[in-house]
Amino acid sequence: MTTLAVTAPDRRSLWRRSQNARTAYLFLFPALIVMAIITFYPLVFQIWMSFTNYGLANLRATAPPPDYVGLENYGRILDNNIVLPNFDFLRILVFNLFWAFSNVVIHVVLGVIVALILNTKGLLGKRLYRAIFILPVVIPQIIVATVWRNMFDPTHGAINFLLQGTIGVLFKLPPDAFNMDWLNQPNPILAVGPFILPLAYFALLTANVWLGWPLNSVVATGALQSIPNDLYEAAEMDGAGFWAKFKTVTLPYLRPAMLPYAIYGFVITFNLFYLSYFMSGGGPFGQTELLVTTAYRLVNEQQLYGVAAAFAVFEFFILLGITLVTNRLAKATAQFDA
Amino acid sequence: MTSQVGAVPAPVPGVRFATRRRQAGGLPIGRQAMLQILCLLITVTVLFPIVWIVSIAVDPRDIARPDGLNLIPPGATLDAFAQVIKQPTQNPVSFPQLALNSVIIAALVSVASVSIGVLAAYAFSRMQFRGREFLMIAVLAVLMLPAVATIAPLFVSLNKVQIGSFNLRASLIGVALAVTSSQLPFAIWNMKGYLDTIPRDLEEAASVDGANRFQIFWRVILPLAKPVIAVTAFFGFIAGWTEFYFSWMFLTGDPKSWTLAMTLNGMVGQYAANTPWSQFAAYSILVALPVCVVYLYLQKYIISGLTIGGVKG
Repeated sequence: MTTLAVTAPDRRSLWRRSQNARTAYLFLFPALIVMAIITFYPLVFQIWMSFTNYGLANLRATAPPPDYVGLENYGRILDNNIVLPNFDFLRILVFNLFWAFSNVVIHVVLGVIVALILNTKGLLGKRLYRAIFILPVVIPQIIVATVWRNMFDPTHGAINFLLQGTIGVLFKLPPDAFNMDWLNQPNPILAVGPFILPLAYFALLTANVWLGWPLNSVVATGALQSIPNDLYEAAEMDGAGFWAKFKTVTLPYLRPAMLPYAIYGFVITFNLFYLSYFMSGGGPFGQTELLVTTAYRLVNEQQLYGVAAAFAVFEFFILLGITLVTNRLAKATAQFDA
Repeated sequence: MTSQVGAVPAPVPGVRFATRRRQAGGLPIGRQAMLQILCLLITVTVLFPIVWIVSIAVDPRDIARPDGLNLIPPGATLDAFAQVIKQPTQNPVSFPQLALNSVIIAALVSVASVSIGVLAAYAFSRMQFRGREFLMIAVLAVLMLPAVATIAPLFVSLNKVQIGSFNLRASLIGVALAVTSSQLPFAIWNMKGYLDTIPRDLEEAASVDGANRFQIFWRVILPLAKPVIAVTAFFGFIAGWTEFYFSWMFLTGDPKSWTLAMTLNGMVGQYAANTPWSQFAAYSILVALPVCVVYLYLQKYIISGLTIGGVKG
């Protein structure tokens, strides 16, 4: 008992010593083993595959190994020399970037606007609205995609019925005025070189806006609620109007919360598989195909494992580039704040 | 910071007096009405697809194709649900069978990613060791990659594991492994973020009392991390429950081994010409409803985690 005072510091140093690498690696061991086998090994294996003509013939356990083909797969992708219908690497990349960018801008702006509305003091029914507005987030994406696909059906879809029932009735148009083939209409709305926007893009955009703004609104609400009220009062004393208050008080608090989330949203939307795959099926003529859906078709429909691996390597570097650029932008704007 | 959240400021009497008009809930009635109209409009757009799909599902005519915008069909019925539960497509397989397959994948992904992930998350959150930075960046880099990006090597490698007539690639376990490979990095990152917010004093106190690292982890950290464990397990479960691209690619066997999402693709995909929309709608609701209910139940934790991340960033 008398030694207690002496041993206590020892125990504290024991605490420090137990923060050593061995304990850490004991905790990490299961994750490292599992990730080494099912995450990192496939990634390395993928790089090797990308230099081979891995195909159906090499699948079975007893099958001969594929041949080394050097950079042929990479060259074929850049030359659009692949049997996949309507494959055009540059067009897919340009569309994919525009798809992610346009979505995120709309999501963030709408999210902030709704958060501002719901943050108005004295608004009745706030809680109910917040509960309803979260619904798009809680529905599985694959269901969202298939339901919207049906809604945009040309002859039986809700969207055409809705347009018919509102605009059609209002302007006394004939009953078949709205049978737009939203997802397969072949003439693009806009086409500038590799930048092509078919009508299907706007259908996909509608569905993804429905899906995407609510979470942005939640994040914006969190940021808005952290703004001290005295700042608004001080601004009011100075005679600031709505816009002035928004610019000097709200925006500086919103930006640090929204910017990382916007970057995260950009990557998520860039890789959004379900809407493109299930709503438009990449059509018309592959014009709404994304990099992820293309990668999937290369493996699933064409069994071109080697080419698919090279494609995934390209995808990795594109994502890396996006991350570096967006981080740069985030840092630059942060400095601008200070 | 937290004390300011939701704090209602004392009203300034002078300002109140100057703007005193007819008010509803503290807002001038005109502005209140305008905002209510806006909110109701947003509510309509949010609810529209949900109401539409429910209305098709309960339409008594068990319609093959909708012929108009009947949001409340006369004489609603649950026949489509009964049909879908018995046999959703022409394949001889029932909804419970498909759901069981999906639950097996979902449970495997959920249990594996949380139990393995929480250990790694604790090490990353609390310990200093050589290689920490490198490993954390490795996990983060994988997190950025879409799951589809590793489908070719996973398919090829899992396919090589053939024991008798059992092929790992063509099994539910194979699909679960593939889903876990992308879910585990997320689980680690998500739980590390939460563990970072648990104060260290508790651990130091337990350590002074003679507890070792594993006892501290088991008795102190795990109970405190329950919310994030529940949320991460739930995300793992959804990933398995709604998984499409791995199962569609891997499970080439008979329809009895299929999953919910694969059958959904059969109902709306390129082979879907024969599926009545009522049954598609009923099926969608059956798949989505459990997820929605649990999501709304866990919402508080999910959202608070998100906002912590948002405000911190």
